[in-house]
Amino acid sequence: MSLLTTEPIRLLVALVAILGFVGLNAAYLVLAERKGAGRIQNRPGPNEAGYGGWLQPVADVLKLFSKQLIVPPGTDTLLFRLAPLLVLCPAMVGLAVVPFGETLVARDLNVGLLLVFALGSINVLAIMLSGWSSRNKYAIISAARVVSQNVAYEIPMLLVAITVLMVSGTMNLNEIVRQQAGWFWHWNVCRLDLNPLMPVTFVIYFICMLAETNRAPFDMAEAESELVAGAFTEYAGMGFGVFFMAEYANIVLGCCVGVVLFLGGWQSPFGAWSGVGWFLVKLYALIFTVIWVRWTFPRTQFYRLLNLSWKILIPVSLATLVLASAVLKLRPS
Amino acid sequence: MKASLLAIPRGFWSLLVGLRVTATQFFKPVVTVPYPRATLPIPPRFRGHIVLTADPATGRPLCTACKLCERACPSDCILVEGARLEGEKKKSVTDYRLDFTRCSLCGACVEACPADAIRFSKNYNLAGTSKEAYVFDLVARLKAEKRNS
Repeated sequence: MSLLTTEPIRLLVALVAILGFVGLNAAYLVLAERKGAGRIQNRPGPNEAGYGGWLQPVADVLKLFSKQLIVPPGTDTLLFRLAPLLVLCPAMVGLAVVPFGETLVARDLNVGLLLVFALGSINVLAIMLSGWSSRNKYAIISAARVVSQNVAYEIPMLLVAITVLMVSGTMNLNEIVRQQAGWFWHWNVCRLDLNPLMPVTFVIYFICMLAETNRAPFDMAEAESELVAGAFTEYAGMGFGVFFMAEYANIVLGCCVGVVLFLGGWQSPFGAWSGVGWFLVKLYALIFTVIWVRWTFPRTQFYRLLNLSWKILIPVSLATLVLASAVLKLRPS
Repeated sequence: MKASLLAIPRGFWSLLVGLRVTATQFFKPVVTVPYPRATLPIPPRFRGHIVLTADPATGRPLCTACKLCERACPSDCILVEGARLEGEKKKSVTDYRLDFTRCSLCGACVEACPADAIRFSKNYNLAGTSKEAYVFDLVARLKAEKRNS
């Protein structure tokens, strides 16, 4: 045990654990997504590979691995090959500061929140690079859409994060969780005494997270019916597979941050037996909601997407920010 | 201003209604059938290609080769040949060919038959490698059916 806690080895273990966590999640969330979509549409979903379809991800991965990685002529080869990695890496780095349990955190960074959001923006850049370097009309249109969409949704997301930051007064994600100890009304989402609009903030965070990860109903980057596969049109085999993994890794990261900021992280809802289990329960409940939303709502039109952000989310999140600061100033400390 | 502000909670409420719809569907039973492993019952009035019916007493086809079906067929896909056997009053069928590539399952032949000698089968998953595989010899089919049963 003492060997495990020495710093270089601990980091190595954490790295492997995060790689495994992201890989497994990406593989099995695809299955969960397809199963969930099936259930919502009253059909069983994939059920041929293995008992009840449990080996479907293995079959998918084997298929993707066995395909040729095609780099079309005329592409910017370096950027074309770099883009999938650039999408996946920030999500993995972000997970390094997420506290899964009281001590179960790869790096207990005191600017964890900043790190997550700073690296989260690289995701946009990478998708734009993939679209730009593909030398494909669909991919370029998709890249332009991704940039304008993510710029629009980054703002309310950060405003909401600042609201939580002002309430908690720290950027250390583990410290934010510790402050939410006790019953579930101590979770940030229920702290109406600190900011009467706290549930609204959570909803805004959730919507922005959907938009940032390019999930339906905001999947403009991969609008199948209009843009083939958007920025990923020219990617074959595992290049596409990595983008797919990155999508789910980003969802996991977004939901992790949502759980930490609003739903009390590893704290239990009734003040006892806090631990990793609660974190995972909340995380997967939130991820299920993401899947649920995807199979409920059709894709929005692009101008409506921008209207939603600039006309509703940004003013409301600004209002919550002002309200939170007013409460903070007027409250007797 | 007021209308556009009211649109926000209203729109949000409609989203929740949508989520409720999918959530209730989520817990409803599966309605699809995994086809090759399970099949739906075929409805009684299903129209497969026609087959000859046998006389339950003798086991021979009921068809008397009157050729009314041949004449009734709008696509000209039926060919009937018959002959009178020794010591019998009626003719009996010797050859009944159905060109299923042209048949549209209209049922005019079944309606025209005075002896109820042809009926719709329940064969739907037909497959073949040549066009000729769909010219069915219905007399041979009836014999094979009798042998199998």
